Amino acid sequence: MAHSPVAINPRWPGGIVAGLVLALTLGTLCAVALRAEFQTVLGAADWAAIRFTVSQAFVSAAMSCLLAIPVSRALARRQFKGRGALITLLGAPFLLPVIVAVLGLVMVFGRNGIFNDVLGFLGMPEISIYGFHGVVLAHVFFNMPLVTRLILQGWLAVPSERFRLAASLNAPIGRLIEWPMLRNILPSAFLVVFLICLMSFAVALTLGGGPKATTVELAIYQALRFDFDLGRAALLALVQFGICAVAATIAWGITSPEVSGAGFDRAVQRWDGGVKRDVLAISLAALFLILPLGMIVLRGSSALLSLQPDIWQAALRSVIVALCSSALCTVMALALALRAGRLVAVAGVLPLAASSLVLGTGLFLIVYPYISPAKLALPMTMLVNAVLALPFVLRAIAPAVTKIESDFGRLGASLAMSKGTWLWRIVLPRLRGPIGFGAGIAAALSMGDLGVIALFAGDAQETLPLAMYRLMGAYKMEAASGAALLLLIMSFTLFWICDRGGRVNADL
Amino acid sequence: MLTFENVEIGQGDFSLKANFETCTGVTAVIGPSGAGKSTLLNAVAGFVAGPGAIMLDGTRIDLLPPAKRPVSMLFQDNNLFPHLTVRENVGLGLRLNRRLSVTEQAEVTKVLSQVGLAGMEDRKPAALSGGQQSRAALARTLLAGQPIALLDEPFSALGPGLKDEMLDLMRRTLARVADCTILMVTHDPSDAKRIADQVIWVSEGIASAPVATAALFANPPASIRHYLGEMG
Repeated sequence: MAHSPVAINPRWPGGIVAGLVLALTLGTLCAVALRAEFQTVLGAADWAAIRFTVSQAFVSAAMSCLLAIPVSRALARRQFKGRGALITLLGAPFLLPVIVAVLGLVMVFGRNGIFNDVLGFLGMPEISIYGFHGVVLAHVFFNMPLVTRLILQGWLAVPSERFRLAASLNAPIGRLIEWPMLRNILPSAFLVVFLICLMSFAVALTLGGGPKATTVELAIYQALRFDFDLGRAALLALVQFGICAVAATIAWGITSPEVSGAGFDRAVQRWDGGVKRDVLAISLAALFLILPLGMIVLRGSSALLSLQPDIWQAALRSVIVALCSSALCTVMALALALRAGRLVAVAGVLPLAASSLVLGTGLFLIVYPYISPAKLALPMTMLVNAVLALPFVLRAIAPAVTKIESDFGRLGASLAMSKGTWLWRIVLPRLRGPIGFGAGIAAALSMGDLGVIALFAGDAQETLPLAMYRLMGAYKMEAASGAALLLLIMSFTLFWICDRGGRVNADL
Repeated sequence: MLTFENVEIGQGDFSLKANFETCTGVTAVIGPSGAGKSTLLNAVAGFVAGPGAIMLDGTRIDLLPPAKRPVSMLFQDNNLFPHLTVRENVGLGLRLNRRLSVTEQAEVTKVLSQVGLAGMEDRKPAALSGGQQSRAALARTLLAGQPIALLDEPFSALGPGLKDEMLDLMRRTLARVADCTILMVTHDPSDAKRIADQVIWVSEGIASAPVATAALFANPPASIRHYLGEMG
């Protein structure tokens, strides 16, 4: 008896995709390494960039974790109206275009922002949002909610009996329950945020700059775009890869990307006090998240209708890139999920450790001898965005594929289904929900991307985030806020349409 | 005639030996849980493999992949695809890759009325009761018309009344098909008494040769008597 169980999923597409991902991540790295000028020693400015990159990421991650503890504790033990909405809002920064959030933060914490108005009213010196503070502030804005959700999952995973036991023993909850849980979750959360902050080019581009606040990625961008010093850009890209590789290796194994939000709908019942503290934590966190977005909506809605035609053209380009990128990413994720196995596992996480700027530099170096990089700006952006979103989309699809196989694989095999029939009649219809969700994530992430596009694009290839950046650089804040609102609406609409499309009429 | 020739299926430190022949009609597979009743069926279906030969009327089927074997299988659950209608689910017994022709549709309608599901063609499984879902799955097996039908406790989730109803329905339909060999796993000896022509006793890693049902229960060997005693 020679035959063992069911292999009904098609495997070769996953092999091709895994190869493509490896080529784009490791292949571009080779291109960078071949071009890097090792004889040029890293100068003082480069070392400053390395120090700034690591120190801002460290402080951002530490602050995000510290601030997330009281917020998540409050959310875990208080049941109030709007709790569900607030938790959903905590998930929003993941899909929020970086440059939109940055503009919102500038409107709140910038020179003419409301925060400085309040400080001035109180007779205190005004603060600047540019430089180290601003970069950290923006990173906390994006990552504190992420850590809050991670810790909240930790809280809710603690069996309620333990809180009852601690209460009946009058034992210290902090030492008995909270600290062990935090010790479990915080290191990995810290490392994830640290890694994200090492690679957040758009924040450094908009709020950093100058000799004191330049990240390695920003230095790569400047070397490529302004100095056209390819050897130096390549060398810096290698440095950036090194930093990320070290951080990713440490983070490896203890972490995985988490984008689902199931099981947040109950609060832990416990019997210690701290109501005032909880109210304060929740209010401040909500204010911190809502104010910048509120400012965009408020200021942007009047500017929305008077946007110049070039902004609308940029928006159209963005939508096309986002849709293509989303389609490509979803197909790739599906192929990988159907194949499964070790190669796929590697291809599924590798993009998490890949900096889009390093990827972009590699692609730039590869295409530059043959064709003007600006001509390829949109296809390249589409491709890189698809690869970078792949881990998240794979995470949405892969468990569902596994479940379909375990539920119906034997039935499909005993009915003698061909791989094609199995895929088209069974797998795809049953995957509609996860595919819609994944496609929505990929579309929204691509819509807000301000990475590779900045390396490649000229005026004729400007996407909406890039156009916003240009407007902000020219201090056209009204127009910028209009563009920001447009970008915000389009990102979340794309996500909503895809996610909804996967769920309507789904008999599952 | 389904023949097991020195079949030995190993899974971890568990193994099941079978060396016998069964004839057409309903054969119940009974024995303590974990003894390997489902393993025997999975070997016929091709989901587990091991040394030895399994033959249908003298032709080896154990060298074929699951899809190529002359077998229909009913599982404990997940027998219907939730996103397909009853008609589509049952139609899978006839054709897998595209819409059914008019004649095929008529066949589906006919078999559905045979199992008492007339008029429910366009419902999704979620809109059926547990018993109706079992009927739909049985209809597909009927339509597929394979010489071997493997039933792995497909009615165990139903209440006792419904289960007996389904067993009788199976007796009236599937067991009437000429030259059909039916292997049915059950943990309830009364199921075997109700519809089986013969019984395979599976225990301690060995599937014994089938014995006529009436003879077995009239004069059960010691190990079976012990098992029946436990069952009350």
